[in-house]
Amino acid sequence: MTLSQIDEEVAKLLQLKAQLGGDEGKHVFVLKTAKGTRDYNPKQMAIREKVFNIIISCFKRHGAETIDTPVFELKETLTGKYGEDSKLIYDLKDQGGELLSLRYDLTVPFARYLAMNKITNIKRYHIAKVYRRDNPAMTRGRYREFYQCDFDIAGQYDAMIPDAECLKIVYEILNELDLGDFHIKVNDRRILDGMFAVCGVPDEKFRTICSTVDKLDKMAWEDVKKEMVNEKGLSEDVADRIGEYVSMQGGQDLAERLLQDPKLSQNKQACAGLTDMKLLFSYLELFQVTDKTSSEKVRTTETQVLVASAQKNLLEERLKLTSELWNAGVKAEVLYKKNPKLLSQLQHCEETGIPLVAILGEQELKDGVVKLRNVASREEVRLISDQNH
Amino acid sequence: MTLSQIDEEVAKLLQLKAQLGGDEGKHVFVLKTAKGTRDYNPKQMAIREKVFNIIISCFKRHGAETIDTPVFELKETLTGKYGEDSKLIYDLKDQGGELLSLRYDLTVPFARYLAMNKITNIKRYHIAKVYRRDNPAMTRGRYREFYQCDFDIAGQYDAMIPDAECLKIVYEILNELDLGDFHIKVNDRRILDGMFAVCGVPDEKFRTICSTVDKLDKMAWEDVKKEMVNEKGLSEDVADRIGEYVSMQGGQDLAERLLQDPKLSQNKQACAGLTDMKLLFSYLELFQVTDKVVFDLSLARGLDYYTGVIYEAILSQTIPAPAEQNGADEAGVSVGSVAGGGRYDGLVGMFDPKGRKVPCVGVSIGIERIFSIMEQKAETSSEKVRTTETQVLVASAQKNLLEERLKLTSELWNAGVKAEVLYKKNPKLLSQLQHCEETGIPLVAILGEQELKDGVVKLRNVASREEVDVPRADLS
Repeated sequence: MTLSQIDEEVAKLLQLKAQLGGDEGKHVFVLKTAKGTRDYNPKQMAIREKVFNIIISCFKRHGAETIDTPVFELKETLTGKYGEDSKLIYDLKDQGGELLSLRYDLTVPFARYLAMNKITNIKRYHIAKVYRRDNPAMTRGRYREFYQCDFDIAGQYDAMIPDAECLKIVYEILNELDLGDFHIKVNDRRILDGMFAVCGVPDEKFRTICSTVDKLDKMAWEDVKKEMVNEKGLSEDVADRIGEYVSMQGGQDLAERLLQDPKLSQNKQACAGLTDMKLLFSYLELFQVTDKTSSEKVRTTETQVLVASAQKNLLEERLKLTSELWNAGVKAEVLYKKNPKLLSQLQHCEETGIPLVAILGEQELKDGVVKLRNVASREEVRLISDQNH
Repeated sequence: MTLSQIDEEVAKLLQLKAQLGGDEGKHVFVLKTAKGTRDYNPKQMAIREKVFNIIISCFKRHGAETIDTPVFELKETLTGKYGEDSKLIYDLKDQGGELLSLRYDLTVPFARYLAMNKITNIKRYHIAKVYRRDNPAMTRGRYREFYQCDFDIAGQYDAMIPDAECLKIVYEILNELDLGDFHIKVNDRRILDGMFAVCGVPDEKFRTICSTVDKLDKMAWEDVKKEMVNEKGLSEDVADRIGEYVSMQGGQDLAERLLQDPKLSQNKQACAGLTDMKLLFSYLELFQVTDKVVFDLSLARGLDYYTGVIYEAILSQTIPAPAEQNGADEAGVSVGSVAGGGRYDGLVGMFDPKGRKVPCVGVSIGIERIFSIMEQKAETSSEKVRTTETQVLVASAQKNLLEERLKLTSELWNAGVKAEVLYKKNPKLLSQLQHCEETGIPLVAILGEQELKDGVVKLRNVASREEVDVPRADLS
């Protein structure tokens, strides 16, 4: 840089500084997060950490590894993978380099990662945020930045064992999270397609009829049938035949029965799907689970003890003791006040859930002890100074 | 939707399906990450998890909470905060909504969070990725997406206690990470400014001289002096006077001495800074960290928003590596630097509509640098880095024992044991043992027909090959 260039830069910077320093009126700071995004406050983070710990320890218990990928991908990596939803992808501005987009899910990055590293076998989990420019009119309340938590097993293996493990993992996680009763529905794309075929759905309508059937969890059968007939052009007969099948639920026994069904048993795809469904259920039987419950107060810190003083001029002693506790690995806090009132120190404990308070006082110091008080019960013990943990 | 609209959509979808299904040649799957970004493979994630656990448990031990903020902010939130570096900000495309930019650091989002929630007191840590469009020619080897690990104490408190706790935390973290010897330099913006004043630096050159002094960790004094005289227009006398001060290092004693310095003691700012420096050292002694802390008058640090104490932690050993990314601030950080920070009392006030001040002090841990060092250590050490935590593989010695294997594995999972089983109906014992060796699983539970009859399981230590027969019921 030449001397004059430097002067120019310096002048510019000083001007900016003056603007920042002296002209606060003109700078209106918008105190908002971007639409569809939010901060997580400490309480939410404490809950989030608890949930992640349960989920991750389940993944680890099953021998999964984890990876991480960048928040944006080359635009071309994401192009053509999401069909109609592509318009919901966040693009980065063209600033003269590669064209980039924020990841829309974790599955396409996973596929890229496998291909890039020529990996044929992996059991991996990936917990990270993804980005979708949802239209607020359509999806009010949805976030545009949100967590996905994916678990995938990639590789050629003997049929249905990894599939069964995935279900076992979902079962374990939902149990441990203690969210109440739940059930897991299973089906098979091959059984669905076989079913459509034997009911008389034309091949080219398979996928669109599939998405109508999918609405059965939100709409009554009458409305779903109406859509199939009026909007998707099925005859009523065909719709009724579908109706008979889709009302069926069961376990391994249902798969057995359907394999005996005169029409379905003629369909190769359906047979393959049903045979695998039987196999899946046999493995699910071998994988049983037990319930667990837990309940905890939501704290945002994990501090075990506050080091407090009952009289003035004890800051040095408080700091010394706190340092000793930290060195011993104890989670401790001390108020940033030279002479805090005992009451405010106790209040801090109550507000933040710190269970114990170590109170230093002049008499105790002379006697070489520390008063350890249980904040909730107010029980106190006198501890010899070097036995604090 | 009308019938014909639906038909249209379906036709489009089927066309897309045909393209995806039948025409793989045309779709070149680009197998690259974006420039300046990288995936973390399982080994790197295992190292990363270990480092985070050490750092986070230190933060928690000190009673810190954590928050998280979105990866992008409104463009206006970031505008005007980073000076010249603003050109390194990633903007999002204008797609008809708000103008957005990816966060450049965690400090500005923190200040926004405090102002938005009218928070006056908080002790928080935040570990997350930030984004900078570094010019590769200038900063080869740097990543554009990298982790920052920040710890900050916001609020009005009695002087220097929180500042001391920040230093204690850096000390604890660097010790526990076992990265070898390190030292922490401390200085104070007020002492620097006071020093420049008494040396005769014109006011308007303070910041630019500051950034030149900052280069002392990379350049020799002669070159730094040359830059001050030739490029920044200081007289040689003034430069020499600065030179005398910036060569000083010491502890509480240096602060004492400087308070006696005839020139410095006349400068109000310098006195305030030196008095607080003495106080800081007295607290650091109580926190037993003074063995690694040095009051160093040459420490300057790049960022403009520091108003009081500043510090930087430097590792003594330098492992040869490409220009490392550190999570600390960009300008003028030396090669061995792993953490940096200071007091910044004016930043949050910039965000508050009423200009309410929230004093802050904090530190940013150079976590990418630490990852790099740990990754190199792992490569050169004979110890294998495991990517899973599996404790036992459930194996079979003969055919047709899949049912038994699955049952036992499920029992182990239910008991909280970390277990795996191969997805093969009849795997060979050798391949099962190989899987253990490759992934570091220490134990294998071998089921065999005789053992099943006897109601036991053979538990083998994979490394030593020692075996014990364990009754089925006792296994978990």
